[in-house]
Amino acid sequence: MLRTEEMLLNVGPQHPSTHGVLRIVVKIDGEVIREATPVIGYLHRGTEKLAEDLNYTQIIPYTDRMDYVSAMSNNYVLVHAVETMLKLEIPERAEYLRVITLELNRIASHLVWMGTYLLDIGALSPFLYAFQDREKILDLFNELCGARLTYNYMRVGGVKWDAPNGWLQKVEQFITMMEKRMKDYHQLITGNEIFIQRTRGVGVYSQEMAIQYALSGANLRVTGLQRDLRKEHPYSIYDRFQFDVPVGRHGDLYDKYLCRMNEVEESLKIVGQALASFPEKGRVLGKVPRVLRVPEGECYVSIESPRGELGCYLVSKGKDKPWRLKFRRPSFCNLQILPVLLRGENMANLVAILGGIDIVLGEVDC
Amino acid sequence: MDWLFYIIGPILLLGIMLGFVTYAILFERKVIGWIQNRPGPNQVGPWGVFQTVADIFKLLTKEDIVPERADQTLFKIAPIITFVPAFLVLAVIPFTDRIRFADLAVGLLYYMAISSITTMGILVGSWSGNNKYALLGGMRSAAQMISYEIPLVMSVIGVVMSAHTLNLTKIVAAQNEVWFIFPQLIGFVVFLIASIAELNRTPFDLPEAESELVAGYHVEYTGFRFAFFMLTEYAYIFAMASLTTILFLGGWQAPFGWTFLPPLIWFILKFAVIVFLLFWLRGTLPRLRTDQLMEFAWKVLLPLALFNIFLTAVLKEVPWIQTFYR
Repeated sequence: MLRTEEMLLNVGPQHPSTHGVLRIVVKIDGEVIREATPVIGYLHRGTEKLAEDLNYTQIIPYTDRMDYVSAMSNNYVLVHAVETMLKLEIPERAEYLRVITLELNRIASHLVWMGTYLLDIGALSPFLYAFQDREKILDLFNELCGARLTYNYMRVGGVKWDAPNGWLQKVEQFITMMEKRMKDYHQLITGNEIFIQRTRGVGVYSQEMAIQYALSGANLRVTGLQRDLRKEHPYSIYDRFQFDVPVGRHGDLYDKYLCRMNEVEESLKIVGQALASFPEKGRVLGKVPRVLRVPEGECYVSIESPRGELGCYLVSKGKDKPWRLKFRRPSFCNLQILPVLLRGENMANLVAILGGIDIVLGEVDC
Repeated sequence: MDWLFYIIGPILLLGIMLGFVTYAILFERKVIGWIQNRPGPNQVGPWGVFQTVADIFKLLTKEDIVPERADQTLFKIAPIITFVPAFLVLAVIPFTDRIRFADLAVGLLYYMAISSITTMGILVGSWSGNNKYALLGGMRSAAQMISYEIPLVMSVIGVVMSAHTLNLTKIVAAQNEVWFIFPQLIGFVVFLIASIAELNRTPFDLPEAESELVAGYHVEYTGFRFAFFMLTEYAYIFAMASLTTILFLGGWQAPFGWTFLPPLIWFILKFAVIVFLLFWLRGTLPRLRTDQLMEFAWKVLLPLALFNIFLTAVLKEVPWIQTFYR
């Protein structure tokens, strides 16, 4: 017998496929991973603590920096928590704008995931295609709120800016274009034999395990559980729209891909419906007191972000600043299953499995 | 005059190869840019023609770093061991029946034998750098190149059986009637796949899979040593595309008797199609996994290649079909 040794390999924090500054300490035996420990915290900025010294409007730009791939959902979860505490009425037009931006942001987020995931697997072109399409969404956002990534768009009681002239038509054009593009993606990737070989049956976990590890979003739905907070307890005006919740059957990486791609299609449907019933006129910011003093108490709200259940726990002592603010970040929760999934896997599967979880390091470290 | 030929010939060939490498890199970036809806390099010179020249100049002026804990000697000679065979194999490639440098009787065997030395260079380079990622890349590389050499050699046996020779010039001459791509279709497919794997290109670019191994076996190399590895890679594209043209696409022979173009142009055209195919694949396909790669070589390609030998042997004896095999 040859004497073999385990090798300790530091994957990250500067590794190209850790999607940011995640570090994974892996013990490998040849190409087989014996043990993997994720090390996080390289991007920790103390958002939650900082928030305690800021008033509610000032916190909103900080949330942009958490999940910077879908900042709209972060914006929304905070204002949603404050609005729930204040029991505010939100103008109709603002709600529609929120839903449209949230769903467009979900599409953009899933496109980023799809592109970078394919890049991890080794295909170069889908990354460029996905980013070109995402760019169109960012252009729309840029026109709406003057920023491409850090929107700072939602406000307690509504949204900051009304849709400029012709913006809704542009969204409509985008929807038509995107529906066509989805067919292209399916043609390029979904049937690709090498892609299927790389992802079918890899990184499988059961539904029980997913629940035990508190997975959410596509990571949970891939095991066949139909749980989407937009359907479970609809927030905003999601109860007015018709859409399906795509689920997987095998719980592997290929199903995750299909799940997310189908979610993009469902989001397109929601945006289409929202555009059809968009209120002609009306305010976009409700009647809100100048200084927001949230009554004493606490609340937890959660929404379906592109990555899963994004929660916001807010404790107020009646001041204009939160006493404690806590975000349940889906990326952080979903990452916990990684060491279990990686054990005994091939090195090449490391990036595939890690990519499949879809983490954003800004959100993991918060 | 003979000695003049032996001095000027190789220098000329080196010049041609370097010219090819310079423009193949530009061409690759342009093709992939075109596939990905972006312009590709277009700033340095008109249409970006000096981009690669600028890149090479940048590499030349870079600091030459040798890691302190590396095996100094091996680290320094590894790029040379890698590159030299890539240039040596070009000696036997006949570009037309006139333009060739060495007309070996066993040209094909020579090519196969010399090209496998490169694996050694890659292994030495990855080992001596004392880097874990490089080591993983080197191990993958050695396993992959050794595994794929077998189907590669097996797939050309059909050609050799049909042409009754290992001499590359005579193999082209044997394709006077029909190119070997038709009677040797299985052999061609196996050869093409195995040669892509030998070239370490997508979808078989595992040794340098940047998303897993950062850069693979040459992760510790900088400056001109790194350039040597890149040069090797493109020199092999040059050699392998030439070999494919010679073995299966009739070399410099004009199809359908269209002799209005000179033989060299026909060679370049066929050669360019193969090179384009390699770049096209890179823009389209994801990467295989190591174990799948090995399985594919041993369980799919090797049996196919063996079957091809059997088929060729049988068909050579069938009366009418016999004519295709001379």
